[in-house]
Amino acid sequence: MNKKDRWAFVGMGLLIAVFPGVALNVKCISHYVDVMIFAGIFSLVSLGLCMLMGYAGQVSMAQAAFFGIGAYSSGILTSRLGWNPWMAMPAGAGVAALVAWVIGVPALRLKGHYLAMATLGFGVIVHIILGEEVKWTGGPSGMVDIPGLQIAGWKLTSEVAWYYMIWSVVFIALLFCLHVIYSRVGRGLRAIHEEEMAAESMGVPTACYKVQIFVFSAILSAIAGSFYTHYVTCLNPGSFNLMWSIRFVLMVMVGGMQSLWGAILGAVLLTFAGNEWLQIFSDFEILVYGAMLLCAALFLPGGLASLVPKVIGVFRNSLTYLCKR
Amino acid sequence: MQEACCTDSSSILEISDVQMHFGGIVALKGIRYAVPPGIIQALIGPNGAGKTTLFHCISGLIQPTFGHVLFEGRQIDGMLPHKIARLGISRTFQHVALFKSMTVLENIMLGRHPKTKSGFWATGLRLPAMRREERKILEMARYHLDFVGLGDLANLPAGTLPLGKQRILEIARALATDPRLLLLDEPAGGLNIRETEVLGDLIQRIRACGVTVILVEHDMNLVMEIADRILVLHYGSQLASGTPMEIMDHPAVIEAYLGGG
Amino acid sequence: MCQPKRKSKSWFRGTSLGTDFLQYTITGLTVGVIYAMVAIGYNIIYNVTEIINFAQGEFVMLGGLFAAFFVGTLHLPVFLAFFAAVLTTGCVGFAMERFVIRRARNAGVLSLIIITIAVSILLKGSAMLGYGKDPHCLPAFSTGGPIMIAGAVLQPQVLWIFGVSALVVIALSVFFHRSFYGKAMLACADNPIAARMVGIPVRQMVLLAFILSASIGAAAGVIITPISLMDYDRGAMLGLKGFGAAVLGGLGNFYGALLAGCVLGLAESYCAGYLSSGYKDAVALIFLLMALFFKPEGLFGAEAASLKKF
Repeated sequence: MNKKDRWAFVGMGLLIAVFPGVALNVKCISHYVDVMIFAGIFSLVSLGLCMLMGYAGQVSMAQAAFFGIGAYSSGILTSRLGWNPWMAMPAGAGVAALVAWVIGVPALRLKGHYLAMATLGFGVIVHIILGEEVKWTGGPSGMVDIPGLQIAGWKLTSEVAWYYMIWSVVFIALLFCLHVIYSRVGRGLRAIHEEEMAAESMGVPTACYKVQIFVFSAILSAIAGSFYTHYVTCLNPGSFNLMWSIRFVLMVMVGGMQSLWGAILGAVLLTFAGNEWLQIFSDFEILVYGAMLLCAALFLPGGLASLVPKVIGVFRNSLTYLCKR
Repeated sequence: MQEACCTDSSSILEISDVQMHFGGIVALKGIRYAVPPGIIQALIGPNGAGKTTLFHCISGLIQPTFGHVLFEGRQIDGMLPHKIARLGISRTFQHVALFKSMTVLENIMLGRHPKTKSGFWATGLRLPAMRREERKILEMARYHLDFVGLGDLANLPAGTLPLGKQRILEIARALATDPRLLLLDEPAGGLNIRETEVLGDLIQRIRACGVTVILVEHDMNLVMEIADRILVLHYGSQLASGTPMEIMDHPAVIEAYLGGG
Repeated sequence: MCQPKRKSKSWFRGTSLGTDFLQYTITGLTVGVIYAMVAIGYNIIYNVTEIINFAQGEFVMLGGLFAAFFVGTLHLPVFLAFFAAVLTTGCVGFAMERFVIRRARNAGVLSLIIITIAVSILLKGSAMLGYGKDPHCLPAFSTGGPIMIAGAVLQPQVLWIFGVSALVVIALSVFFHRSFYGKAMLACADNPIAARMVGIPVRQMVLLAFILSASIGAAAGVIITPISLMDYDRGAMLGLKGFGAAVLGGLGNFYGALLAGCVLGLAESYCAGYLSSGYKDAVALIFLLMALFFKPEGLFGAEAASLKKF
C-alpha cells in the first residue's frame, strides 16, 4: 500500500468513526446513521464490483442476483431452518460462490457486450426464481420475521451498533482489496484489463483470474445481502432486480472505476441520493438514475475519483499563485 | 538464466510442418525448421509473410491448423499461452503491448508472474510468504531494469516513455520471466540508428546469458549485424534458411526481395 | 374496444391435447415473430457498428405506447397511428444516435454498454412519465371475430402480425442486397475504413441504422399491442429475449434471427402451457445463456461472428 492510500484509509476511518457522534446530535440528520448503514452494506457490493470492473475490466450486471442469493440464503436458513445467522452467512456466501463459479467459467470466456448480456440474463433468471419458488422464498410477497444478529449473546438492535459493525466489515474488506491490488495478483488483474494477450503471454492465467475475481465479488455481494436481511428483517424479490444491478454499476462508475475509494464514495452518495435527496422525484427516480448513468459514462468515465487529482492540482496551483504575490 | 535441456534433438525449438488456415486464407503453408539453442535466429520476410502468425503459434495465442511445435522436445501447440510462458518462452509484440497505466517497474514486476505463486487469498491476507515473495519480485525487477539500462525511469508511467525506451521496457518485462527462448517481434520498429545500435547490443548481451532469441525484423542492417542464422518466409512458405552470408547470396531471396536489404 | 388478454389455460379447460398444442403453437409463433423483429433490430445496428444496442426493447415499447396515444388521444385511425408511431420512434432512434452514440464514438466497450443501458432507462422513465404505469391498448387492425382452426383460436390480429413481419423481412432483404444504401451499410460493417475511403458516409450509415432499427422495433410494438397490451416496463424483457433470438440465429444474420425468434417463442409457449407459466420468461433467457456459452456464433451464424472483437 502506498502513502496516499494509507492516509486515505486513516482519514476515512476517522470520518466514519466520528460520524454518528456528529449526526446524532443534529436533529435533522440524525436518521443519516440509518442511511449510512445501508451505504455500508452497499459499499461491500460496490467494492467487489470495483475489483471486477475497474481492475479486471470485466462487466457484471448480476451483482443484485448475488446480493439476493446471500440475502435469501440467510433468510431461509435462519427463519425457516433455525440456523444461527453467523453460520448462515458463510453458507450463503458459499452458495453464491458456487453459482458464480458455475456461471463464471463459461461466461467470462465472453467479452464486452456478450458478457454484459450473459450476466444480465443470469441476473434476471435469479430474480424470476426468487419470485417463483413460493415455498422457500415466499414468492412476490417475500419473507418476514427474519431474526436479527447477536454477537456473543448480545443482541444488535441499536443503529449505532449496526453502524460500527457494518463499517468495520467494510474496512476489513477494503484492506483485503488493497492488499490484492498492490500485489502480483493485482498487477495481473490490471494487466488483464489493459492488454489481455500480453498478460497471458507473460504467464498470467487470465481465464482463471477472471473467474476468481468474479467469485470474490459474488462472495462480497452475498455477505452484504446477509447483513441486509438481518438488518431489515424482511425480504422481497423487488430488492434484487435488474434496476438494483444497474444501481450497483452506477455506484462504481460515479465513484470511479479504478478506485476502491471511489467505489465506497459512490455507494455512499447514491444511497443518500436514493433514500434522501431524490425522494422529491419519487417515481421519476428512475429517470434521474438514467440521466446520471448517461452523464457519468459520457462525460466522466473516470468517475469522481478521477476529479480528486484534478481538484488537488487546481488547489495547489492556486496556492502557489497566491503565495507568489 | 537457466541452461537449456534438450532431449534427442539438439534444437531448442522445432517447428514441424506447421500450417495455419484462417477460414479461406492460408497464412502458413507448412513450415519445417529447427532452431539450435543459444543463437540469435532471425525471421525475415515481407509484410504478410506469416512471421507474426508463426510467433502466435509458438507462444500459444493461436493453435496451428496442422503440424506441431516442440519446445525442448516437448509438444507445446495446443497449450495455453500462460502455461507456455511458465515453460520458458517469452515474447514482445509488434504494437508494444505494455501496460501503459502501470509504472515501468510494475510492468517488469508483472514479468515475474510465472516464477511466483502467491494466490488470491494469500495476497489478500498478506501472509508472510507472500510478503517475502513481493520483496524478491521487486529485487529481480530492479535487476532487469538495470540490465536493460532503464534504471532511472522506474516510477514513470510506462505510457509516457518514448517509443525506443518502450520497446526496451517490453524486452525487460519479457526477460523477467526467466525465459530460455525469447521471441522479439520487430523490436527495432520506429527506432532511429542510435536506438537500434543500443537494441542490437542488448540482444547480444541477452544471447550471452544463454537465452535463445528469435527475432522478426525488417531492419536488414541489424539482422546482418547480429543474427547467427536467418529464416526467410514468403507468402507463408519457407523460402530459404542459413547464415547471413548464405542468405545474402541466395538467388531465391534476391529475386523475392529485388534490391531489398 | 380492447380485448383483454385471456390466459389460454382457463379458456381451453377440457379440450383435446391436439387443440392445446395448436393453440400454444399459434401463441408461440406470434410472440416469436415479435422477438425476431427485435433481433433484426439488433442485427441492423450490429451489422453497421458492432455495437449491441441495449435499448432495442424500449423501441418496441415506445412504438406500442405512441400508437396508443395517437389512437386514444388524437383519435387517428389505427393504420395512420401505425405509421405515425413508427415515424415518431424512428425520430427517437435518430436522437439517440445523433446526441448520444455519436458522442461516444471513442468510448471503450464498457462505456458503450453503460451508455446504451442508460438510454434504455431514460426511455423507460420518460414513458412512465408520459403514460403512467398502466398498460395501454390498441384496437385490432381489422374487425371480425376470432377464426377457429381445429378448435384453436386464431385472432385476426395474429395474421396481421405475421403479414407485417413478413413484409418487413422481405423489404429489408431487398434493401440490404439490392439498394445502394443497404449495400453501403453492409460495407461499413465489414470494413469502415475502406468504406470511408470509397466515399461511403459512415456516420450517416450509422444514423440510418439506428433509425431503421427503431422503426422496426416500433412496428413490432404496434402490431403486438392489440393482443397483449403495452406498458412502460415491457422493454427490458423484450430486449433480452430479442437479443437471445439474435445470438441464437447468429448475430448479423436476418433469416437466422427470424427462425431463432420463432424457436424461442415456441419454446416459451410450450413451457408456459405444459410446465409452468411462472418460469416462461426464464426459458428464452436460458436459451440466451446456452447460446452465449456454447455456441456464440449461433445456429446459423458464420465463424466470423464469434471471432469479432467485442
